[in-house]
Amino acid sequence: MADESVASSAHRSVSRSGRIAIIPIVEVALLAIFAVLPLVLQDYLTIFVTRVLILALLALSFDLVWGYAGIMSFGQALFFGAAGYSVALLARDLGITSVFIVLPASLVIGLLVSLALGSFLLLGRHPPTTIFVALGTLTGSYAAERLARGWYYLGGQNGIPSIPTMTAGSYELVEGPVYYYLAFATLVLVYLLCRFLVRSQFGLALAGMREQEARIAFFGYRVERLKAIVFTLAGAIAGLAGGLYAFHEGFVGPNMLGVVLSTQIVLYALFGGVGTLVGAVIGVIAIEMVSFWLADSYQQVWPIILGLLLLLVILFRPTGLIGLLVSERERVGTFGRRPRTLPRADHEGQHGPA
Amino acid sequence: MALLEARGIKKVFARLTALNGVDLTVAENEFHGLIGPNGSGKSTLMKCIAGAEMPTQGAIHFAGRDITAAPPATRARAGLSLKFQITSVLPALTVYDNVLLALQAQDSLSSLVFSRTRGPLHERVLHTLEQFRLAARAGDPAAALSHGQQQWLEIAMALAPEPRLLLLDEPTAGMSREERRVTGELLIPVKRRCSLVIVEHDLDFIRDICDVLTVLDQGNVIESGPVAQVQSSTKVQEVYLSRV
Repeated sequence: MADESVASSAHRSVSRSGRIAIIPIVEVALLAIFAVLPLVLQDYLTIFVTRVLILALLALSFDLVWGYAGIMSFGQALFFGAAGYSVALLARDLGITSVFIVLPASLVIGLLVSLALGSFLLLGRHPPTTIFVALGTLTGSYAAERLARGWYYLGGQNGIPSIPTMTAGSYELVEGPVYYYLAFATLVLVYLLCRFLVRSQFGLALAGMREQEARIAFFGYRVERLKAIVFTLAGAIAGLAGGLYAFHEGFVGPNMLGVVLSTQIVLYALFGGVGTLVGAVIGVIAIEMVSFWLADSYQQVWPIILGLLLLLVILFRPTGLIGLLVSERERVGTFGRRPRTLPRADHEGQHGPA
Repeated sequence: MALLEARGIKKVFARLTALNGVDLTVAENEFHGLIGPNGSGKSTLMKCIAGAEMPTQGAIHFAGRDITAAPPATRARAGLSLKFQITSVLPALTVYDNVLLALQAQDSLSSLVFSRTRGPLHERVLHTLEQFRLAARAGDPAAALSHGQQQWLEIAMALAPEPRLLLLDEPTAGMSREERRVTGELLIPVKRRCSLVIVEHDLDFIRDICDVLTVLDQGNVIESGPVAQVQSSTKVQEVYLSRV
């Protein structure tokens, strides 16, 4: 089945641009690999990869805001952590652990927090600058972390330990293959949703906004509103990731809200390449795998090696790892009906009399 | 009643008075040329009308609505369209998508998300591209077009949403003689569809297509009226034509 969709998407892309599209191939390859991983991995590695999948959701949310809407957010961890803490409290204080409640709840909390911050930062009287939004989100993330550290009800420095296991009816969703497939299914679903969105006419509006924000307002686009919508949607995705993460790890701490994680998300996406969706996922996989391997073999120096690697890619490959494979044209994509498949003779005919 | 009425428009940048109480009236289906020496305030007036600049004083009414303080998107939705002086097509998008972007600008959010107009607008995009001789380049990135073609694409994008008033700031700047001629031809059929305010240095070009001219000098209107009347005005000849 996987082969079939590669073939059909490659065929479609060839007829559109005359070149073979790389992104669908990468997407299907990753999908196939991650679908079978728990069958071949030991349990402790499955748990590690589950974490990677959850972080990929978070990177995806950043790719939406920066790669598609041009909003520099240093605050994705805020939505992630706020949702994580909230569902941890639901489980601790109210005993609510049902996957059908906690995951939607984490999504809604991410949405509400980002809506509140987004309205404040993006919908003011004057259009905000990139720096203003970057600093605003950074401050939000920083303040939330400090708040969590000092608030006794939230466990202060220690956070909330031993969150009960997530449940589906009487079934316990313990870490390992079961939780892996829950995270995997969520990621695939969210990914498909984002993919649908960025390839729609709404995605075209975003592409226009990214390139000439000032220009498209004169067509009648309400630029700030578009931004606020994407920011809120990304916040909801980050929240969902936070809910999954909290139950997977069984604990939440102030770091989940903080600037370090927020920055890490930015790096994941830049490393993999923004504006393609799949690049953000690749960034998380690459960085987490390298860290995992380096931390094992070179305990002392791995942060330095990782730091250098990140610097190299971000300085010399602004389009990230995915930029090695994918052309700028494919990255931007097309949005209308296949322009290239129009018979050429038609245009020639209409050229003459003018 | 006039489609556009700008009264007493004054625009001051720091110490420079770019516009000093300018009046401009544009009727339905009128082609109105704005001329004047460099720095006379033509572009600033265009920007005030489109909403790229807010006038320091004065009022602008469009189609019976006061739009003096309205943001650009609101003006666009009321039927005002602008082509900037500097070419600002979206270089990485295809020519086709540039036009689609302009055409779908006023669609509802749900229509955009579910791509409801992608099919219905297809014919209009193609028709627009054919009109502006860009159909063969539909699939190319806009950056690959020549300068003249980019200008046409911009005019096409400004016209595509069927505005009631089109503002063109130097549409033929940097074009070859042949490209100018074609641009004039492309604009003639527009007359049946909307009004036009055009800023242009090429006087032959502007005489050919405009009904009414307004002459600006140092932020003031020195003459306004039918082309023949403005051409014969000694004041205009003194202040403007003699200097060009």
